[in-house]
Amino acid sequence: MRPIIEVEDLIRHFGATRAVDGVSFTVDAGTVLGLLGPNGAGKTTTVRMLATLLTPDAGRARIDGLDVVTDATRVRAVIGLTGQYAAVDEKLTGRENLWMVGRLLGMDRKQAHDRATELLDRFRLSDAGDRQVRTYSGGMRRRVDLAVSLVGRPAVLFLDEPTTGLDPVSRIEMWDVTRELVSDGTTVLLTTQYLEEADELADRIVVIDNGKVIAQGTADELKDRTGGRTLEVTLAEPADLDRAVGLLHGLGDRRVAVDPQRPGLSVPVDDDTEFAAGVVATLSHAGVAVTDFRLDRPSLDDVFLALTGRATGTGDGTGNGDGDGTGNGDGTGNGDGTGEGDVTTTGAPS
Amino acid sequence: MTAATGAPAARRGPGSMLHDGWILTWRNLVQLPRTPELLLFTLIQPIMFVLLFTYVFGGSIGQSLPPGISYAQFLIPGIMVQTLVFSTNSTAVGLADDLQKGLVDRFRSLPIARSAVLVGRICSDTVRLAMVAVVLVLVGYVVGFRFEAGLGWGLLMIVTAVAFGFSMSWIMATIGLSVRDAETASTAGFVWLFPLTFVSSVFVPVTSMPGWLQVVARNNPVTLLSNLLREFTLIGRPAAGTVLPVLAWMVGLVVVFAPLAVSRYRKV
Repeated sequence: MRPIIEVEDLIRHFGATRAVDGVSFTVDAGTVLGLLGPNGAGKTTTVRMLATLLTPDAGRARIDGLDVVTDATRVRAVIGLTGQYAAVDEKLTGRENLWMVGRLLGMDRKQAHDRATELLDRFRLSDAGDRQVRTYSGGMRRRVDLAVSLVGRPAVLFLDEPTTGLDPVSRIEMWDVTRELVSDGTTVLLTTQYLEEADELADRIVVIDNGKVIAQGTADELKDRTGGRTLEVTLAEPADLDRAVGLLHGLGDRRVAVDPQRPGLSVPVDDDTEFAAGVVATLSHAGVAVTDFRLDRPSLDDVFLALTGRATGTGDGTGNGDGDGTGNGDGTGNGDGTGEGDVTTTGAPS
Repeated sequence: MTAATGAPAARRGPGSMLHDGWILTWRNLVQLPRTPELLLFTLIQPIMFVLLFTYVFGGSIGQSLPPGISYAQFLIPGIMVQTLVFSTNSTAVGLADDLQKGLVDRFRSLPIARSAVLVGRICSDTVRLAMVAVVLVLVGYVVGFRFEAGLGWGLLMIVTAVAFGFSMSWIMATIGLSVRDAETASTAGFVWLFPLTFVSSVFVPVTSMPGWLQVVARNNPVTLLSNLLREFTLIGRPAAGTVLPVLAWMVGLVVVFAPLAVSRYRKV
């Protein structure tokens, strides 16, 4: 069967910057593709080109066999788009927003009204449906925005960072809704900064950085490339670091990374929890004071480190503030991981 | 719960521009009573101007007017132009706001006419202009303004003023879609309106200005329109020489700026 989204060598410049630099991928109908990458990687630019909002400088893309440039109007009848910021009219009620889009899609008054009611029910907005959207909570806004993009029953849905800035409960709600849509046959292209989100939802993941595809595959395939789990040990005394490294080398030839700032060590352990326990036991037997230890799952930064040899550089300032709460919600303290990543951000080859 | 696939309702032909434009006009109009404070302040400003100019400047300016014409009679058509021209700024602010909030992206991802969002904005803004114009005439009646030539010519005066505002709105639409946020749009749409409306016959007779400025003021479309509106209210049946330049400005503004605005909209 022909893929419902076909992207070939898309290129888009902004001034001298190549925001999207030869991106190619395909998405099969009824599946979820996760477009994963840090801020500024080119995810949103790619989606905007696929959603006919931006014209590519070169390359081509087809949705359901229709070219996004030459057949833009017909493409728009097939797609739904939900952006990072809720694009609904705040001064209209939820119902009016849905009704308006139904009417714009050519429904008559009654059809538009019925479809609005149906979507309000589905997204548990029936009680709030007749209130102006400006009175809604963040999660409700995101839900009404998603509902608006579903009015025309699109075959392909673009979700551009659907959970950025949402609290954990709203985030899980969005995930559930997305799964429902997919089980109904919708094809979803999801952009995200969070590996966990791609992991939860996507059948396949395309990793994009500096406008280029740097890897694609299933979540498991990507995780394998990061080398699995890492044991993070924090020591009481920086002076013990050298001795600790020596002790760990005695345990085997695994690669030990030293972080004098924390101070501590990172040891790749994959799924070998016994080895991890052995590391901690060895250190404490030798009298090295350990203040903390934990097993970290691969984060987006780890994937990036494995794929590019450098950290993502998303920065804790811009969005990872939310990210620490939402993307890494399992509480393993990946925030630390991001912080360290930043230290090594600069000067790396691209 | 319904199946997610299935074609959306059938697409329509070129008539969709009117249909889509109407839906988006509705969208803006339905919001008017929801921000009563905005409407209130839109109306307060012209009322204040009428009262201030009539009672503060009226005494001195009135003496330079041709005999038999009261300052209210002179001022109301002019201040009508000034007020409506300033009110078109809301087109720039409204579109910039839609752009900033991502609504323009939403509409551009829908299979609707490219001009529909602009048409919706400008049509609803024109309705607001008409409301402002009517309120101005009512306040005018309080300070002594009258439709001397009859109600018919008076209504034509209102329609002409609002039509000029409609034409101006296309400049504002181009501005609103060329800046990145509503605040900038507000300033960018505002500053040039001061020289446009003050270097004109809106508040004072052009003959009271220095010679070089008179040249500018006489050819200012705001002067041309103010004088036409005065003919409508005082004499009726204006001379072709007064009507045609105004008509040319209105048509010209739409012909130049409507395509510009639509092309901005396509590229934002």
